[in-house]
Amino acid sequence: MAKSTKKTRDPVEATAKKQLIDHYRAMLLIRRFEERAGQLYGMGHIAGFCHLYIGQEAVVTGMQAAIGEGDQVITGYRDHGHMLACGMDPRGVMAELTGRIDGYSKGKGGSMHMFSREKNFFGGHGIVGAPVPLGTGIAFSNRYKETDRVCLTYFGDGAANQGQVYEAFNMASLWDLPVVYVIENNQYAMGTSVERASAETELYKRGISFEIEGEEVDGMDVLAVKAAGEKALKYARSGKGPYILEMKTYRYRGHSMSDPAKYRKREEVDDVREHRDPIESLKARMLEAEKASEDELKEIDKEIKARVKDAADFALESPEPPPEDLWTDVLIEEETA
Amino acid sequence: MSVDILMPALSPTMEEGTLSKWLKQEGDTIESGDVIAEIETDKATMEVEAVDEGTLAKILVPEGTEGVKVNAVIALLAEEGETPDSVEAKGNGAAATGSAAEEPGPAGPAERSEAAPEPAGRPRIETGNDPQIPEGTGFTETAIRDALRDAMAEEMRRDETVFVMGEEVAEYEGAYKVTRGLLDEFGPKRVVDTPITEHGIAGLGVGAAFGRLKPVVEFMTWNFAMQAIDHIINSAAKTLYMSGGQMGCPMVFRGPNGAAARVGAQHSQDYSAWYGHVPGLKVVAPYDAADAKGLLKAAIRDPNPVVFLEHELLYGESFPVPDLEDYVLPIGKAKLRREGRDVTLTAHSRMVGFALEAAEQLASEGIEAEVIDLRTLRPLDTDTVVESVKKTNRLVSCEEGWRYFGVGAEICATVVNEAFDYLDAPPARVHQKDVPLPYAANLEAMSLPGTEDIVAAARAVCEGM
Ligand SMILES: Cc1ncc(C[n+]2csc(CCOP(=O)(O)OP(=O)(O)O)c2C)c(N)n1
Ligand SMILES: [Mg+2]
Repeated sequence: MAKSTKKTRDPVEATAKKQLIDHYRAMLLIRRFEERAGQLYGMGHIAGFCHLYIGQEAVVTGMQAAIGEGDQVITGYRDHGHMLACGMDPRGVMAELTGRIDGYSKGKGGSMHMFSREKNFFGGHGIVGAPVPLGTGIAFSNRYKETDRVCLTYFGDGAANQGQVYEAFNMASLWDLPVVYVIENNQYAMGTSVERASAETELYKRGISFEIEGEEVDGMDVLAVKAAGEKALKYARSGKGPYILEMKTYRYRGHSMSDPAKYRKREEVDDVREHRDPIESLKARMLEAEKASEDELKEIDKEIKARVKDAADFALESPEPPPEDLWTDVLIEEETA
Repeated sequence: MSVDILMPALSPTMEEGTLSKWLKQEGDTIESGDVIAEIETDKATMEVEAVDEGTLAKILVPEGTEGVKVNAVIALLAEEGETPDSVEAKGNGAAATGSAAEEPGPAGPAERSEAAPEPAGRPRIETGNDPQIPEGTGFTETAIRDALRDAMAEEMRRDETVFVMGEEVAEYEGAYKVTRGLLDEFGPKRVVDTPITEHGIAGLGVGAAFGRLKPVVEFMTWNFAMQAIDHIINSAAKTLYMSGGQMGCPMVFRGPNGAAARVGAQHSQDYSAWYGHVPGLKVVAPYDAADAKGLLKAAIRDPNPVVFLEHELLYGESFPVPDLEDYVLPIGKAKLRREGRDVTLTAHSRMVGFALEAAEQLASEGIEAEVIDLRTLRPLDTDTVVESVKKTNRLVSCEEGWRYFGVGAEICATVVNEAFDYLDAPPARVHQKDVPLPYAANLEAMSLPGTEDIVAAARAVCEGM
């Protein structure tokens, strides 16, 4: 477990207990939800592609704690964590995974394509790189409407090599759009490590030629993420333009459900798990700083477990969409008077 | 209450596997995320991680057991506060449902889906009109993915300028394992892993072809080639013409096309009509393994840009491939798959299997269907189709894609033009429903065309026959 051996005071000590507990709860919800989703996949209740977020929980949790009311979020297909962090209902997310009527897309979207206007979550996109110009466009609409909203635009280390990313960067910087680009560098794009795909592996530097500021963040430390997020959001909100945060993180599971993961060693995964796990290390730090007791955290574990079980039960009981739904939502049909 | 640990489906196509090793023993404490066992499928070894925590109370399936069905109870877990020996084996109500296609899947034996079941005893009627196979030639049952790989390997041995490029094609051996073994044999100079940059690699491939190499550019799926379509059309297809014949582009764009299982609208689309529309391209869409091999070899040798549309749900299907040193088939020739006098069914790629199945069913009702496998969409072998319709006087065209401006529209228009007086009924079209592909199992099944749709369409055109 990552014991805090630093000489300097651990920021945990200066953080309010409630906030720490909120982070813990939020990350644990994602972890347990994803484990359950993996299990339902193994049982055949979820199908197609299903990309789990296990290991990366601190990134969305910290960023979500940093954003303000009305800020938007957009990401790719590894999106369950983002939706839960945005406050979307685990029941609705799970029911979409099982392809049922109570899912966020009425069963039509599945794991990779879910949205909630209410929670300002703009998807859920299956095409690598696509969220980057889309998120930039959402930021454009913010500026156009003269709101002070910022769009958090998440993408992976693999996506960072897409051409559209740089077209978007250029416009965002040219027009000072309020967007924070969050690169979730989990070190692999499917079976390809960053080193094998990127000439410049320090991805936070990718904005330099567009004059976009960037910085590297320990994406396994929820407090570090939140602090960096607050700074970047403040910058973007003040009209200075886009900002890049490269989150150094790690995915424990395969790329999607059936990846035998021959491209890395089990020891590599175990090492991160043991020494850098975002949930376990926060827990250890909280206990060390006496911000929470074992019993309190155990209670939370129980509560989360029950919530996830409830979501899974709900998702299995919800009916399939009715056949006539095949034909709806293709176009908006104007009411004829 | 004890918790059942079930045999998980580790790949979307897995139905059973070998429980090769227990990494935890009875009495061990288990935390969620712990690796508890190793499981082998025919293509990969994978680790099973625990979801629930507790104490491993009973191992019900010993290590080394083969053929363990997905969702069988393999062990029991005592949860906190429960003594391991109070745990009783109980029934397992969960039933495995349909599996799905998976992008980086460890090549399953046969990708099956509930939505579109594979025919079990598909009729294999070999009344083909490929003349090249000499008497006495042996055949080897080959999975389509391997036939494609063999085609690339043979052409790479034959021609130094042929190289393969794409995402995960080298070290990962292909997201669908189509390029398995190529890196080992040809090395990283000729089997090139790229970043996720479809537009870039398509353009780079065209440039390399201008530079007199013969690139085979793999798209992980054709869905992602939408980012590259500008280069496929504006650079690859048109440059020969615009340069007055100077700038040929001898290359192949290939990858899985069409519906996969339960992956939603962005990952499931048939591009046959899209590319079939474009002068300057050749477009090939084979059905079986022999055609996949013979036509891919032809595509690589062709001096023009060839769009080669494979089908993910067929990759694991095996068909006989002739044991010939150099089996090359002509691009632009359809294949008669089954003879019949009452109605012509045209199809390509995976729809051929459904058309053959439909023909079998129709035969039992007294309707003799002729099945034509188009194989190439551009140039389209309209002669074979028109000849057939002149004989049967009825036409049903079958495609997996949408109807509007589709392959069927082209075929029906051609037949109406060239065999109008022979038609006894208006031509019919079988196609996907006119909506983006939904994720939900029931809606997906409704959306995709299959055997029953073909049977119904054929019955309708044969009414009053
Ligand atoms: C344009 C496009 N090309 C390829 C794919 C297939 N694909 C899906 S995820 C992925 C890897 C992306 O890796 P990364 O951006 O690092 O994100 P991560 O999966 O690690 O979260 C690939 C190649 C796709 N969905 N879209
Ligand atoms: Mg990545």
